[in-house]
Amino acid sequence: MAIRTEHELHKRRFSRNLGVGLALASFVLLVFALSVVKIQRVGPVEGFDHQPRTTLLPAEQSE
Amino acid sequence: MSDTHVSDFDREAGFGDYFALLKPRVMSLVIFTALVGLVVAPVSVHPVVALSSLLFIAIGAGASGALNMWWDADIDAVMKRTAKRPVPSGKVTADEALGIGVALSGMAVVMLALAANLVAAGLLAFTIFFYAVIYTMILKRWTPQNIVIGGAAGAFPPMIGWAVATGGISVESVLMFALTFMWTPPHFWALALFMKSDYEDAGVPMLTVTHGRRVTRNHVLGYTIALAPVALGIGFTSIGGPVYLAVSAVLNAMFLMGAWQIWRRDETSAEADGYKVEKRFFRLSLSYLFLHFGALLVEASLRGFGFGGW
Repeated sequence: MAIRTEHELHKRRFSRNLGVGLALASFVLLVFALSVVKIQRVGPVEGFDHQPRTTLLPAEQSE
Repeated sequence: MSDTHVSDFDREAGFGDYFALLKPRVMSLVIFTALVGLVVAPVSVHPVVALSSLLFIAIGAGASGALNMWWDADIDAVMKRTAKRPVPSGKVTADEALGIGVALSGMAVVMLALAANLVAAGLLAFTIFFYAVIYTMILKRWTPQNIVIGGAAGAFPPMIGWAVATGGISVESVLMFALTFMWTPPHFWALALFMKSDYEDAGVPMLTVTHGRRVTRNHVLGYTIALAPVALGIGFTSIGGPVYLAVSAVLNAMFLMGAWQIWRRDETSAEADGYKVEKRFFRLSLSYLFLHFGALLVEASLRGFGFGGW
């Protein structure tokens, strides 16, 4: 069997690698999108750093 | 390097062969019925949650397909219909099928629990267990009632879809389950009537093999009669309506007629015309299920515009 740079086998392996790569990439995207949707459902998200969280203050103080 | 190595390379699997382990055609039916269950539910679901839930339901169903191919590689190799599947054709080893099946099952159930809720995830886990263990490992090779009870596995997806939206179970979702459940026996037995030698060669105790073809014809008619009230009954629940009821009435009349014709025939006349009636009934059974769920979808979209329903 002649050694060629591109055997049909390489195509099959490439299809496998590409398939797994794309599947993993879309899984990451999906989990990211799910996280965005789920966190948005909680309501506006405040940063915890450096700033006092105004919604946590008692009503009279925040006015 | 010896010739055996060369032929081993030739049989190395591409991505499509791994995908074929997930039984894409069964998966499309699962996606469709789960989608209908999700859409007709009275609670609306965020599109991203709906899309990912459907994907995880499909992956779970696919994973149970891979487990089925792992366990059944020996009979799949004997039956004409299944001999080209990835495991019997030598593209994918049985161990790989097992690994993919177990890994994807776990992933799909956990992800569905995170994306939707625990009820939906529990139902999916039970479906996978039911198909892979109860049906594939126990019932299939043991009893001619294999497809009757095993049909439950294929009937769960609309219930899972409903549970994704509502987080629970209700009359409507149980009736959608019952529709597919009661439809499975006539659908498969019609197939077994004209796929004559396949199941026999593989030693799978299909009703045609154990009790003969006359009994199978009786059973097709019996289950078709029992199916009609279930199908029509959905029309009177909150997800039904005049459109569904009209579609269902026509389809059930046609289905009953087909089953009646199958019942009336004997083997000689069936063989004479190459199982024409049985094949037609089998094709009708595919549209029967598709159009019933399609009509539920139509009712749900009409409701969105203020029409439909009762």
